[in-house]
Amino acid sequence: MEIYLPIAELSVNLFTLLAIGAAVGFLSGMFGVGGGFLITPLLILYNIPPAIAVGTGANQVIATSLSGTLVHIKRRTIDFKMGLLLLIGGIAGSTLGAITFAFLRKLGQLDLAISILYVVFLGMVGSLMLWESIAVLLANRIATQANLNPVRKPVQHNWIHKLPLKMRFSVSRLYISVIPVLSIGAFIGFLSAIMGVGGGFIMVPAMIYILKMPTNVVVGTSLFQIIFVSAYTTLIQATANNTVDVVLAVCLMVGGVAGAQYGASAGQKMRGEQLRALLALLVLAVGLRLAYGLFVTPDSVYTIGTLGAL
Amino acid sequence: MRGVSKVFASLIMATLYFSPANAQQDLPAEAIQIGLSTDTIGIGADFSGADITIFGALTGADPLVQRQGRYDIIVVLEGPETPMILHRKNRVLGMWMNTDSQRFEQVPLSYIASSTRKIQDITDKKTFKQLSLGIEALAFESSRYQALRDTEFSEALKQLNRKSGRYSDESGSVEFISANLFRASLKLPANVPVGKHKARAFLFRNGAFIKENSTGLQIEKIGFEQQLVIFSQQHSALYGLGAITIAMLIGWLGRAIFRKD
Repeated sequence: MEIYLPIAELSVNLFTLLAIGAAVGFLSGMFGVGGGFLITPLLILYNIPPAIAVGTGANQVIATSLSGTLVHIKRRTIDFKMGLLLLIGGIAGSTLGAITFAFLRKLGQLDLAISILYVVFLGMVGSLMLWESIAVLLANRIATQANLNPVRKPVQHNWIHKLPLKMRFSVSRLYISVIPVLSIGAFIGFLSAIMGVGGGFIMVPAMIYILKMPTNVVVGTSLFQIIFVSAYTTLIQATANNTVDVVLAVCLMVGGVAGAQYGASAGQKMRGEQLRALLALLVLAVGLRLAYGLFVTPDSVYTIGTLGAL
Repeated sequence: MRGVSKVFASLIMATLYFSPANAQQDLPAEAIQIGLSTDTIGIGADFSGADITIFGALTGADPLVQRQGRYDIIVVLEGPETPMILHRKNRVLGMWMNTDSQRFEQVPLSYIASSTRKIQDITDKKTFKQLSLGIEALAFESSRYQALRDTEFSEALKQLNRKSGRYSDESGSVEFISANLFRASLKLPANVPVGKHKARAFLFRNGAFIKENSTGLQIEKIGFEQQLVIFSQQHSALYGLGAITIAMLIGWLGRAIFRKD
């Protein structure tokens, strides 16, 4: 069944949209990422103009991450204080990101910049997580074979823990400086405005590896923070660029929220390191697909650019 | 039967009026008229392309030429014109990067042509160029004129538009349904641009251009979609807030309906 997208000005298949939404929603619930880093490339592959894919992706991420957050509220696995601080940094960062977005678009280099950023970050984050989770998986296997308790890494202290302005985060059982929290928020906000994502795929590993937050609160806190960052991005995209297609977003959301609930319960049944290894593989796969796109000879070296608006 | 006799009647009248001697002395007096059954087409939520039929009449035709089938008609539906920028990629460090661009001032967003015969066979390139008729002969005005560059870029632009279905030409889709009446069917693609379109009909005799006639056609979004687009442009902040609210509502409902714990 074809459905007309008024802002994108084209007709697409409704069931394809629902399927994209459901698949990404499932992953989103499972891994605690908003799913924007999958939605945006998938929509572009489905011939939705990139700018609209970015704006609408942000809109749909609100629904999946809210739906996922509700699960975690019930489970009490959200560090609200941490989430709010990350959000403050995030809003500042994404404002700056939106300005950069407009500038790159004017130069005609937006698509390239988006792809390079995706490749770099997906590649880095993916390899790091894969490396770490495989190491833990192997260590656990050896430990089980020797009939010992699974290895628990002690909390390591690094230079981050020596910074001033310390604050206590009781849910995360952390006592750390607000400086790295705000900077991570700002950095991710900046990237997410340009890449049109909530930033969960960077946020989750940053919380685990830089802030050393316990894995069980990472997913909920990240989802909680993503609701607001993507809401802010949606508002900016709608006002500055007119690139939010509500009809498209609703189709994706309906599939997405259903998928997110199943994903969340599937995620609960798996161990943290397994979850991280799977997410790492997924992140690497998307990164490689985009890297391939950068180097492969395009169908046409010509593309129609955007005029006006910005 | 009545229809057939009518055609005969008009044929006889035309023969009487335009005896061969007359036609040779006078300038060709043929004229072409086209009409649309509607001047507005609305695109709803389920629009996935459509065929539109344009009817036309050929008056004052020379029956001899007509019998030999040497009248040709090209009907074109031109979309609204807009400035356009085209980027060209080049390999930089192995990556494909936009390194060059060209701006064109007046580019029709869509160009759908149909003709009685294969369009290239109707007349020569020079005539097409003069009329700026047909996708091949279409000329785009660039911001800084450089013949070679302009040709490269405009060819590329036409290619892109053909691929997206916005530019197309189909031969044989203009048919004479009687001696003087013809019917052109045009395929509107799913991504047909909205705005003021212009339907133009060109008449050729023995490969020579005789007359042109045109009429306007408005293609617009109707119903809910149109309201939404207007709202999103005029009250973009409210639209954004609305989009956020809907998303939150669906997120919450999804949780309420599909909860698994």
